[in-house]
Amino acid sequence: MKVKYFAWVRERVGKAEETVDPPANVRTVDDLIGWLTQRGESYAYAFEKPRVIRAAIDHAHVKPDATISGAREIAFFPPMTGG
Amino acid sequence: MTAIVTIRIQEADFDIAGEISALTKGRADIGAVVSFSGICRGSEHGESIAALTLEHYPEMAEAEIMRHAETAISRWPLNGLTVIHRVGRIQPGENIVLVLTASQHRQAAFAAAEFLMDYLKANAPFWKREESARGESWVEARHHDDMAAARWTKS
Repeated sequence: MKVKYFAWVRERVGKAEETVDPPANVRTVDDLIGWLTQRGESYAYAFEKPRVIRAAIDHAHVKPDATISGAREIAFFPPMTGG
Repeated sequence: MTAIVTIRIQEADFDIAGEISALTKGRADIGAVVSFSGICRGSEHGESIAALTLEHYPEMAEAEIMRHAETAISRWPLNGLTVIHRVGRIQPGENIVLVLTASQHRQAAFAAAEFLMDYLKANAPFWKREESARGESWVEARHHDDMAAARWTKS
């Protein structure tokens, strides 16, 4: 699946998007954050306050307990500040 | 009633009078248009700002604004609505966002415009980065923007 990062999450991770293939036990958005956090310091820094991070699956907002099964694109970003 | 919906995300500025004309042109069923424009302030918390840079998530921003437009149309008798959100670098005094709502009577137009702006602020995937004398920093989300959006789900 494709993972995209925006704003300071993108800056901390150090990339705008990547393709990942997490193991089967990574079932939810929360699980994916935990799995990404293990991948290195930049991820640990980006997700150091996981409750602040917002997520979207296939362009719709989701909660941390949302299942990622079947997702094509998952995005992580800070709370929005548009308008 | 068929509502005409225009949604655009663009770097260029917009012409408010021109957008209102485009929305109402050739129609005799519209009795009220409410226009809200969000403008880049030159200072925040007493500190001057040189510019804002808006980042967005293109596919989701379009989808999210469309979802809110559809909700507004289902809740109020609207003849049309326009949402334009700029991205890129924006300087103080320049437009950031435009919401137009058209209806037969003003109440629906006022309410729908406020609803759309509250939802855009809390849910549309845009992020502002601020340039000031201290350097650049991401604007922090305000709790009261979430509260403003949440009040539409009570009642």
